[in-house]
Amino acid sequence: MIDTNSHIITANKLTKTFGDFTAVDAISLDVHKGEIFGFLGANGAGKSTAMRMFCGLLSPTSGEASVAGFDVRTQSEMIKRNIGYMSQKFSLYEDLTVRENMRLYGGIYGMSTAAIKQKTASIVEELHLQHELNSLVKTLPLGWKQKLAFSVAIFHNPPLVFLDEPTGGVDPITRREFWEMIYRAANAGTTVFVTTHYMDEAEYCNRVCIMVDGKIEAMDTPAQLRQQFRAQGMEDVFLQLARKAKRSGD
Amino acid sequence: MYSITAHNIGKEYKNGKAVVTALRDVSLQVKAGELFGLIGPDGAGKTSLLRILTTLLLPTKGTASVAGLDVVKEYKKIRQKIGYMPGRFSLYQDLSVQENLDFFASIFNTSIEANYHLIKDIYEQIAPFKHRKAGKLSGGMKQKLALSCALIHKPEVLFLDEPTTGVDVVSRKEFWQMLQHLKQEGLSILVATPYMDEAALCDRVALMQDGRFLQINTPEDIIHSYTQPLWSVKASSMYALLQHLRDYSGIDTVFPFGETYHITTSHTWQSPEALHQYLQQQGQEQITIQRITANIEDVFMHLMNQPHD
Repeated sequence: MIDTNSHIITANKLTKTFGDFTAVDAISLDVHKGEIFGFLGANGAGKSTAMRMFCGLLSPTSGEASVAGFDVRTQSEMIKRNIGYMSQKFSLYEDLTVRENMRLYGGIYGMSTAAIKQKTASIVEELHLQHELNSLVKTLPLGWKQKLAFSVAIFHNPPLVFLDEPTGGVDPITRREFWEMIYRAANAGTTVFVTTHYMDEAEYCNRVCIMVDGKIEAMDTPAQLRQQFRAQGMEDVFLQLARKAKRSGD
Repeated sequence: MYSITAHNIGKEYKNGKAVVTALRDVSLQVKAGELFGLIGPDGAGKTSLLRILTTLLLPTKGTASVAGLDVVKEYKKIRQKIGYMPGRFSLYQDLSVQENLDFFASIFNTSIEANYHLIKDIYEQIAPFKHRKAGKLSGGMKQKLALSCALIHKPEVLFLDEPTTGVDVVSRKEFWQMLQHLKQEGLSILVATPYMDEAALCDRVALMQDGRFLQINTPEDIIHSYTQPLWSVKASSMYALLQHLRDYSGIDTVFPFGETYHITTSHTWQSPEALHQYLQQQGQEQITIQRITANIEDVFMHLMNQPHD
C-alpha cells in the first residue's frame, strides 16, 4: 500500500558533475513508501548516475538526498545494507548453485543461518525450484534466473529495491510473471524503484519520472502524463520529451 | 524470387552428454526486397538461425539458401553478398571509427566512396567521431558504426541480430527509419528482435519460441488470426483485482498490460455485466470492462499456450 506522506527517497537539488559535464543537474523528487516508481530517460540522460547516488555508490557534487532514512553523502554504508539491487547485467553468480547464491547474499547482508534457511525455503516454494536447488544458476532458463534474481535482491527484506533494466529478452508471459512478483513485493510494503527501456512497462508503475539532459522533465502517474502530453501511451510521452534532448549518449 | 529460403532446418548442440535443441524443423521464405522480422525471446533460436543463414554454423538437418546460393556448399560466395551485424559488438575496439570502415572496405575490395549513398545518412551521424576508438563509442554510435560496416560492400541481403536491444526508444525509432531507407534501396533484410512492438515495422514476421515458428505472416494478419474475445479490465484496487479475476470461473487467462489487465474468456463466461457485478461484490469500484482487439503480445502469449505437434 502506498503511503504518500512517508518518503523512502527524497532528493533536493541533487547534482553530480564530472569535470565540466553536469550528469545530474539539480534534481528534486520524493518517492513514496510502497510505490512502484519508474525512472526513465534516454541513454546518457543521467539515470545511471542518479541511481548510483541513491544506492550510495557515488557521492553527490552538491544537493542532498536521503534514502531509507540515511544521507547519501555521510551514511552510504547504511544505505547499502538497507536496499536491494538487481540489474539484468549482473545479479546472480552463474557458477554457484541456487542454494549457494542465496546463502551468499544472505551472508553478505548479515542474516542468521536460521533466517537464511527459512527464506530459502519460502523462495523455493514460491518459484517451484525444489528440483533446481543444487543446480548451477547458469543452467536455469533466463526467465527463472530473473525471478530468482529478484527474490535474492529482496532476500533480506529491504524497504526499498532498485531494479535496473530488469526484464530484457524474456518472453511476454515470463515478463508478466516477473511484474506480478513486483506487484506482490510492493503490496507487501517494499518500495520499487525501476528503470526500463520498455515503455509499456512504464505503465505498470504508480508514478513515472522522465529525465532529459540531467534534469527531471516530467513526474506523475502514467495516466496524468498521457493526458498532459495528449499522448496515446508512455512511448509517445517519452518521445516528445526525449527528442528535446540536446546532448546525446555520446 | 526469394532472397532467403530455409527448409526444415534443425540445429542441435551437444553439451557433454546433453543435447540442446535450438531449432526444430523451421522453414521460411523471404522475398527479395522484404523486411522480415524474427520475433521472439532469448533462447528462441533466433541467433542460431541467423548464424546458419550467414554460413557461420552448419545446420544439423535441412537445407537453406541465401541469394540463390546454398548455405553449406556455396558459403564463400554467400559471404560476398551478405552483410551481418551480430548481436554482440564485433568491430575492432582499438581501431578508430574511420579505421574500422577502411578495414572492412578493404576486405571486400571496395572503398567507403564506392557505395557511399547506402551509408550516407548513417555515416554523417558518426563522422564527427571518426577519429575516436570504436571501443569508446556509446551504444547508439557503436550500433551505427556496425551497420555502416555491414553495408560497406553493398550486400544484397542484410542480417541483423537484435540491433536495438538495450537501446533507448529514440535510438530504436531512428534505427528502424534507417532500415526502411535501406529497404527502399532494394536490400532484403532479416532482423531478429525480442521487442514484440517492432513486429509492426516489418513486412512479415515469424513469431519464434523454443526453436519453433509459432506463426509466419504479415503483422496485420497475425493480429487478425486472433479470433477469441478479448477484454481489458481496470478497477480501483488493481492488485486485488488480479486475484478476483483469476478466481472468476468465466475467465481463462489474465495478463497485466500496463495499467489494465487483458482477459480471455472460458465457456462459462456470461457477459461483461455479470463480471462487473461480481467485481462490485468483491468491493471493487471504478470498474471499466472494455472489448478490445488483440495486439502482437496477446497473440504471442496465446500461441505460446497452444500445444505443439
